[in-house]
This record gives sequence, structure tokens and C-alpha cells, in this order.
Amino acid sequence: MEAVKCDGLIKVFGKNSRKVTALDRVNFVVRRNEIFGIVGPNGSGKSTLIRILSTLLIPDAGKASVFGHDVVREYSRVRRLINRVSVDAAFFKGISAWENLRYAGRLYGLGKGEAKERSLKILNALGFAEKRFCEPLEDLSRGMQQKVAIARAFFTAPMLLLLDEPTTGLDPRSKLDVQNYVREAMQGKGCDLTIILTTHDMKEAELLCDRVAIIIDGRFVTSGSPTQLLAQYDKPGLEEVFLEITGREWKEVEVEC
Amino acid sequence: MNVKSQTYGSIAFVERNFALVRRYIGWEVVFLSYNVVNALAIGLIGATMGKDMVLYLVVGAMVWGFLSILFHEISESIAWERWEGTIEYTFMAPISRFTHLIGNCLFAIIYGVIRSSLILLIIVFFFGISIKGANLPGVLVILVVSGLSFVGLGLVAAVLPLLSTEKGAYATHILEAGLLLISGVYYEIDVLPVWIRPLSYVSPATYTLKAMRAALLEAAGFSELLPTILLLLATGLLLIPLGMLIFSRAEHYAKRKGKLKRAG
Repeated sequence: MEAVKCDGLIKVFGKNSRKVTALDRVNFVVRRNEIFGIVGPNGSGKSTLIRILSTLLIPDAGKASVFGHDVVREYSRVRRLINRVSVDAAFFKGISAWENLRYAGRLYGLGKGEAKERSLKILNALGFAEKRFCEPLEDLSRGMQQKVAIARAFFTAPMLLLLDEPTTGLDPRSKLDVQNYVREAMQGKGCDLTIILTTHDMKEAELLCDRVAIIIDGRFVTSGSPTQLLAQYDKPGLEEVFLEITGREWKEVEVEC
Repeated sequence: MNVKSQTYGSIAFVERNFALVRRYIGWEVVFLSYNVVNALAIGLIGATMGKDMVLYLVVGAMVWGFLSILFHEISESIAWERWEGTIEYTFMAPISRFTHLIGNCLFAIIYGVIRSSLILLIIVFFFGISIKGANLPGVLVILVVSGLSFVGLGLVAAVLPLLSTEKGAYATHILEAGLLLISGVYYEIDVLPVWIRPLSYVSPATYTLKAMRAALLEAAGFSELLPTILLLLATGLLLIPLGMLIFSRAEHYAKRKGKLKRAG
């Protein structure tokens, strides 16, 4: 069974002259236990797609399923299988990492002891200083907050993890810590995890993903393994593949956004 | 999800909200001081009008304090999550919306009882009030059943910040202020202009205050209080499912329009 299947997804926001097509007939399949990357500039529809798969947004047309469960009709089943990291580490910033994680753990049926043990294990692996576990999150750096967000997503042992630009805005060291952790988690013994990773860091996509899709203006313009894409377009990197497909420099698109 | 998971889910909101209370304890002291001074000032105004009026007005301040905490905590919980950006994480968690909202209501009730009891103790000490003859078990029953009504109203009001964070918060405060005006908190509703009075009759707080004063000032027994208790109970049992239903409809609308994103 495929982990994720999207069939003809359409999402439009606004009306009349302010109408924006965020997703335009998106079709794709994510296989179980792979890291599927979705790369594209800001505003290309990546987060809309993640929100639909997270059961937070209802598509206007088309279907999306997670492990065979429809994200609209069977949202409560889907929610038991997924978790998510978004670009902004959304927390109650006045309280500590531990208090936030204890709260999240309870929502996923984890007891206090289990939540603490699991979260500390992940945070240690991410290089988070344990002594800061009980400090208000507002006193922690952006990188440290994002590590807590990573722990919050992983410690509920989801079968599908939606990583929505998890390393955007992080310093190089924190970025590396997060990327290494994601790789190690996928290689863990008995791991049954599928990841969808959205990013506008082409190098990160090449490094982490088994397959990559490029999304522009709500449409998937190409997809395949990084090696396949490089071979298909005869280019040394995904940024050059993007240039070949769109006729625009990747850096130029990022600046525009 | 099983009962254990759903119970953990509800506890999550109680624990989290108390963690926030501890974190912002300075503000708690500020708000409590303000409420105490407000209740004492109202009691002192009553003292100038005769001894009976002290308790009459203080009961109003107390009951309104409790009910407004319930209403406010429940309706504001959604607005707060939207400001913090955590609303998407709460809404995608594998708990039912009932578990989520009941968790917030449970916190509001515990918190409201603690705060109101503190204020009551200070008032009793300050004015040297004796409530020996009062029907205290009756008072407790009235508080519980009217709490249900206000939980229901809070759930309905929580829809507003779900759909629009800032405008929703404005509307919630206006609704709360309107309830204060029409429910006879500090005066009999007979003094209201005739055209407003029909609104008083549909506010559960009107009946709460009337019954509370009867129990405290006139030592009314359960047989006298029973019709009001049943009315408040029926209102609560109607408003809570209605609030849940309206909330779930609003959630569906928000998910179609993409309104669950962080605001602020």
C-alpha cells in the first residue's frame, strides 16, 4: 500500500480578482518508508499540500489519502498516523520545552514518564542541551526551538511525518543536526516511517530524499529520484534542473518570493 | 482513540493552562487584585445603601466573576492558540473536538472556583459578613448548573475567534459586556428599559443571580430553588451540545477557507 496518494488535488483561495490557485490538479504517490521531497519557491503550494495531508484544510476537488484513509472523510484515522513540523516552531513560548512536550504527549496518549523519556532521547540526539529542557521556550534560540518541534513530531512515533521546511532559518550547525537526525531516524531498526519533506533548499532535497518533485505555481512539473532527475536533464544539481524546466534561476525565484 | 487517550487529552489542556497561569503569575496577581478591589468597591457602595445591599451587590460581583471567568477562559482559549500558532497542532491531534473543548472547560471551572473562592474569602473577612443562615448546598448546586450554561455560551462564543482572531475577540468581549448589562448583576432587571427586558429573560445569568440571592439572602430551600435549578440545567444541557455543533460547523468552514493558520 502506498503511504500517500493524491489524485487531482485542487485548492483555490479568495474570490474574483483575488483568486489564487494554490494547488492545480496535483497527482502523486509516496511509497511507504521513503523520504519524498517537494521543492519549490515560497507560495508554490507546498504548505497548502501539507495542510491538506494534515487534515487542516479541505481540498476543493480531488482526493488525498494516507495509508488508504481519505483525509477528509476519515480524518480522525489519519490523525493517528501523522505528525508534522512546520517552518515556524509553534509553541506556547512562555512555558518550557518540557511543559510543551508533556502537553503534546498527552494529546497523543503518552503518559508523563513516557513523554519525558522519548523526548529527552530525541533531544539528546539532536544536540539539545538537557539543562535547558525546563527553561521557557522564549529564552531559547530559534534553532533550539526547532529541535523541540522535531522532538514533538518524532516522539509520537508517527507513520507519516510531514516536515514543512523544518530547517528554514536555522544556523548551519542546527540545520546539520536536524538533517542528520532525520537520516538516522529513517535508518533506525524496525523503523516504519515515511516522510514528506518540503524545502526550498535544493541541496537538502538531494541529500535527504529518495524521490523529489518540483512544484511551481501549484503544479508538479517533474518528479523522480535525485539521480534520475540529474540524469534525465543531464545537469549537475537540482538547481540546474529547475532552471532547465522553468527557464528561471532558482536563486532568482527565491529572491522574488 | 480509547477512553484513556481521550482522558489524557482533556488533562493536557488543564495541565497546560495551569502551566501558563504559573508562568504569568504576576498577571494573575494583578487581575485578582483588580477583581477583589472591584468587588469591595461595589460592596462599599452597597454599604451606603443599607446592610442588606452589601450582600446583594457582593453576590452579584461574585457570581458575575465566576461566570465571566468560565465564559472568558473557554472563548479566549481558541484566540490564544491562534496568536501562539499552536491551533493547527491542537486541531490535527488525534483527540475528538469534544475532548479538546471539555478539557478547556474543565480548566475554566477549576480555575473559576479557585479564584472566586479567594475573592469570597477576602470579601467575607473585609465586611464581616455572616452567611450562617444561607442555603450553602443550594448555592453550590446553582453554581454547578449555571456553570453548564456558561460553558455552553463560551463554546458558542469560541467560534468567533476561530473564524476571525481579532474581530472574534472584539465580538466575544462585547457579548460578555452585553450579558453583564442584561442579567441583573447589580440591579433588578425591572429597572432596565422595557425593550431590553426580553433579552434578560433569555440570559442564564439572570436566573443564576436570582436563585443565588434567594439562597444566600433569603435562605430559600431546595423546593423553592428547584424550578430555577431545572431551568438552568435544561439550558446547560441544550447549550453545550448546541455549542459543540456550532463549533464543529465553524471548524469545517475554517478548514475549507484555510482559516486555521497562525494569526499574529
